[in-house]
Amino acid sequence: MATYDFVFSSLGLEDWCSDGQSDAPMSMAALLQKTKGTDAEAESLWDLPFPSMDALNESCAAFPKSRELTKGLEEGFLSIKDSLSVVLDPLTQPLSWFLDGTLYGMLNTPWWIVIPALLAVVFVVTKSWKLVGFVAGSLVLLAFIDYYQYAMETLSIIFVCAFLCVLLGVPIGIAMSRSDMMQRLTIPVLDMLQTLPPFVYLIPLIFLFSVTESKLYGIAIILYAIVPVIRLTNLGIRLVDKDVIEAADAFGMTSQQKLFKVQIPLALPNIMAGVNQTIMMSLAMVVIASLVSAPGLGVLVLQGIRNLELGVGLVAGLGIVILAVILDRVTKASLARINASQKQ
Amino acid sequence: MDRDIKISIRNLYKIFGPIPDVALAYVRRGMGKAELLEKHNHVLGLQDINVDMREGEITVIMGLSGSGKSTLIRHLNRLIEPTAGEIEVDGKNVLNFDEDGLRKLRREQMSMVFQKFALLPHKTVLENAGMALLVRGHTVRDFEDEAKKWLARVGLEGNENQYPHQLSGGMQQRVGIARALASNSPVMLMDEAFSALDPLIRSDMQDLLLELQEELKKTVVFITHDLDEALKLADHLVILKDGHIVQQGEPQEILMHPNDPYITDFISDINRARVLRVRSVMAKTTEPPADCAGDISDRDNLESVIARSEGDTDLVYRVVKKGNQVGILEMKELVKALVPVDASEGDNRSRY
Repeated sequence: MATYDFVFSSLGLEDWCSDGQSDAPMSMAALLQKTKGTDAEAESLWDLPFPSMDALNESCAAFPKSRELTKGLEEGFLSIKDSLSVVLDPLTQPLSWFLDGTLYGMLNTPWWIVIPALLAVVFVVTKSWKLVGFVAGSLVLLAFIDYYQYAMETLSIIFVCAFLCVLLGVPIGIAMSRSDMMQRLTIPVLDMLQTLPPFVYLIPLIFLFSVTESKLYGIAIILYAIVPVIRLTNLGIRLVDKDVIEAADAFGMTSQQKLFKVQIPLALPNIMAGVNQTIMMSLAMVVIASLVSAPGLGVLVLQGIRNLELGVGLVAGLGIVILAVILDRVTKASLARINASQKQ
Repeated sequence: MDRDIKISIRNLYKIFGPIPDVALAYVRRGMGKAELLEKHNHVLGLQDINVDMREGEITVIMGLSGSGKSTLIRHLNRLIEPTAGEIEVDGKNVLNFDEDGLRKLRREQMSMVFQKFALLPHKTVLENAGMALLVRGHTVRDFEDEAKKWLARVGLEGNENQYPHQLSGGMQQRVGIARALASNSPVMLMDEAFSALDPLIRSDMQDLLLELQEELKKTVVFITHDLDEALKLADHLVILKDGHIVQQGEPQEILMHPNDPYITDFISDINRARVLRVRSVMAKTTEPPADCAGDISDRDNLESVIARSEGDTDLVYRVVKKGNQVGILEMKELVKALVPVDASEGDNRSRY
């Protein structure tokens, strides 16, 4: 006897319930009760269980348990997995090539080419010798303590993923800014992507792709980091001065001219702020993605945790901080340059 | 008054709200703005507007904020769609234009100057001035000379490579005017173009506009809330209140014969001696006066005549237009004209 027997009896569902009672293994509670032998102890109101799936199952064996819900989800996912892979695999294959190619390129080019090249990029986007000096110092330090390879792996993954985030995110943001319907549909998805704990991204991906493929962590990073660039592109375009848009209309600009000559240039400070956030979030995710075989400094952190190698973990963490500071300063400095040229 | 009609607005209505057509039926049956807002939650923007704008004239649309003047000017190039009515430019109904036709109208027929300048902050002054040409697909090199010419014409020589934020408000608006002029369109729409400028610069800009107009003879539609500005610029003055036209006509005519207490109230504060012209006060006759104190032009304002008479109210002047006498002006009449006229319906100014 269980608490909610009356529900099923009053609904006349006893036959249906007993159908399910075939030869299912006895539950632990039932077993315990049997061994105790005390069957009909009066239950106080204090112990009234919530009518949850498990509690109802006790009264009616045909009623599913909550474990069956999660199990059903698993089975459902596994059954569509194969057909999903047929579609997703070729679609995402270029991501693997892109990641592998960049990693190969970065690691097989000698350091005396890579470091000056990175410094040149820093100078072009920031025009600041101070920052170039800072980046040079940091890279030399990382290389000196033999973390060069790991740092470069992490950097190349971030470059590829952030680049793809911008490539996909800016058009999505533009589409959102042009249609309120699109915005209404996209915002819940973005909210979900932003609030989902980073580890949860990995779960369905592990089922879908093989852990040895680099696209697995690539997708996880892109999904996690694409949100700010979409949001800020949308916001930036919507915030463009209405008077300027009106002037563009009054002079007969086509919507394409308006987009490329007015809206995007004026939204650029916001878009760049989004890119900065996207890069920082890729860095956060690339560390977590080392759980699914993403190379780089994250692997060392993981090694520190697994093997209790305190020093390795801490120094790798420090390396991540240095990379984060470099990326943040460089993108912020280029953002400041854009802002300076756009004062109203 | 013998110029062609360039823009003609017929029975124009604009109602803001979710179902303007239904609200329009109520308005046509005589429902007022306040009642419409209260009962049906629709805002009556414009009500039965009829204006003819002549080629080569400055038509000034004046009203206080909320009177619908900015809404009205945006109907001319359809930045706002009307609820009902017709807008004809050169005899063609603008409302029948498709997207391409409308774009062509905006690119080639009309240019606009904005209250808040609305320049592109990331482009140089030169590129801003050439915006209309850029939109038509010309490159900077193509329009450089044209844009430079107009920038020089508005007094911005040497500022071509600066950015708008490096210029003062008055200079930014000069760029705005150069931008409108460089499009070479026959119609220029000016939406409170000088309202954001300080009084001295505003006066400069008004002079600049009149000077340019003397030379270019564009059809200008000018929106303002400032009566002095309206009287200074207008060939044809339209006074709006709560979305309908209270009075329109020649500014001198409105000053001498206001037909509404609202207008009487409006014009009671202005310096009549400065805005009234001799031709509005003179007695029309070709008979030479008995003792003539001298010749004055019909376009002189009363202030200059008073200065000339040195305050003597017994003098009589001969009014001359292009060398021929068109009337006489007694100083006594002039002094009478300086007293504000009440509305023709009688003395109901106290209502306001």
